[in-house]
Amino acid sequence: MRHLDEYRDPVAIRSVLDRIDGALAGPATLMEVCGGQTHAILKFGLDQLLPERLRLIHGPGCPVCVTPLEQIDRALAIAAAPDVTFCSFGDMLRVPGSTGDLLLAKARGADVRIVYSPMDAVAIARREPDRRVVFFAVGFETTAPANAMAALTAAREGLGNFSMLVSHVLVPPALKALLGAEDCQIDGLLAPGHVCVVTGQRDYEDLSARFHIPIVVTGFEPLDLLSGVLAAVTQLARGEAGVENQYARVALPDGNAAAMRTVREVFDVCDRKWRGLGEIPASGFGFAPAFAHLDAERVFGVSELRVEEPDDCPSGLVLQGRLLPTACPHFGKRCTPDHPLGAPMVSVEGACAAYFHYGREAVAAEEACA
Amino acid sequence: MCLAIPGRLVGICGDGDLRVGEVDFGGVSRDANLAFVPEAAVGDYVLVHVGFAIAVIDEAVARETLEALTMFEVLTDEETQNRGQVQVSENLYLSRVSRGGVG
Repeated sequence: MRHLDEYRDPVAIRSVLDRIDGALAGPATLMEVCGGQTHAILKFGLDQLLPERLRLIHGPGCPVCVTPLEQIDRALAIAAAPDVTFCSFGDMLRVPGSTGDLLLAKARGADVRIVYSPMDAVAIARREPDRRVVFFAVGFETTAPANAMAALTAAREGLGNFSMLVSHVLVPPALKALLGAEDCQIDGLLAPGHVCVVTGQRDYEDLSARFHIPIVVTGFEPLDLLSGVLAAVTQLARGEAGVENQYARVALPDGNAAAMRTVREVFDVCDRKWRGLGEIPASGFGFAPAFAHLDAERVFGVSELRVEEPDDCPSGLVLQGRLLPTACPHFGKRCTPDHPLGAPMVSVEGACAAYFHYGREAVAAEEACA
Repeated sequence: MCLAIPGRLVGICGDGDLRVGEVDFGGVSRDANLAFVPEAAVGDYVLVHVGFAIAVIDEAVARETLEALTMFEVLTDEETQNRGQVQVSENLYLSRVSRGGVG
């Protein structure tokens, strides 16, 4: 087993599709939370194989997309400071800030480097003691243990030239905000499998009980996603609402204890502003007091920077599953992956980029003509 | 961002938070930090995210899940019938495709 191809078997996929069709009692709307799941659904065309009365809407699980404009502006300010080497995952470089993006800053001479792991940024700080190395710590719970370990390693080694611009967000508080909206149309959720690998499922049990909604912890391959859908529609047909685990081969009910221990040592829960969703209480991580000396916002004095989101990109509605990317007036016109108006068109996990790359614009146009 | 890739652990060195494994992703090898999977042993499949293994894949559970979905095992009478149903569903699916739409 390679744990990849096995989950793309066409015969099994067709069988699960038929079982979904049979189990679906009436029209239903499911939200897949994670941008990686959105990407896989569009890439494999699963949205086009599912029965029409089952609607998949795409959730806020793209950390690049929900990072607020002011955090990008803080990154730009830090990257422009003297002697700074600014390290980031590649996705963040093209997200537009108020005055350009990190890639433009790099073109203008800033030392901006793409890294694969936060530990690579720590290695740069170790290797180049004359540089002030800053890592842009963006991500959901999946990425928090790796970023926490980078901070812990830098602190243990006493690397005085290393800091992190932290923009960590948490999935359950955002889901609570979406499910609590008066006009919420979500009948069931596919919970983000890799987030649950780290955190476990307790928060999702609370959400399921509170909002009486089926939640299925789901993986990322076609068969994973469809069996997640099958479990959710089966619960709906029976009038049940509980948490099921489709991704049990890696997601344990209690999560990864070693990873969570490191996260709790380095980070505290704090309020966070989300692009498109606004400020959500207790919805992110910031440094615990013992690690405050690694906080780039303090080191570079940028924490007071406040910026309002621009009006011309309705990404907030896209991130809440309220607007399909193809329904946006700018989609594929003013806004393309080469010239993005907002983050969901930049990130590989952004819903707009997924629709653009997999040609859903053409499908939408055909349907409009038919 | 939450992308995590399964790969096979082919070597381990170091210990504690600095325990690092060599992971084979279908022919391409990369190092991954193993601090969060102290139980991982050479030969295991691990799930790697931004340079860290975050889980060891439970082969037995993976097999159970797949078998429930694909019925790959030696076919008993009952399972042969099931297999037949899969065939029927496949034909249904194809007939719908040929009519110009699935679903």
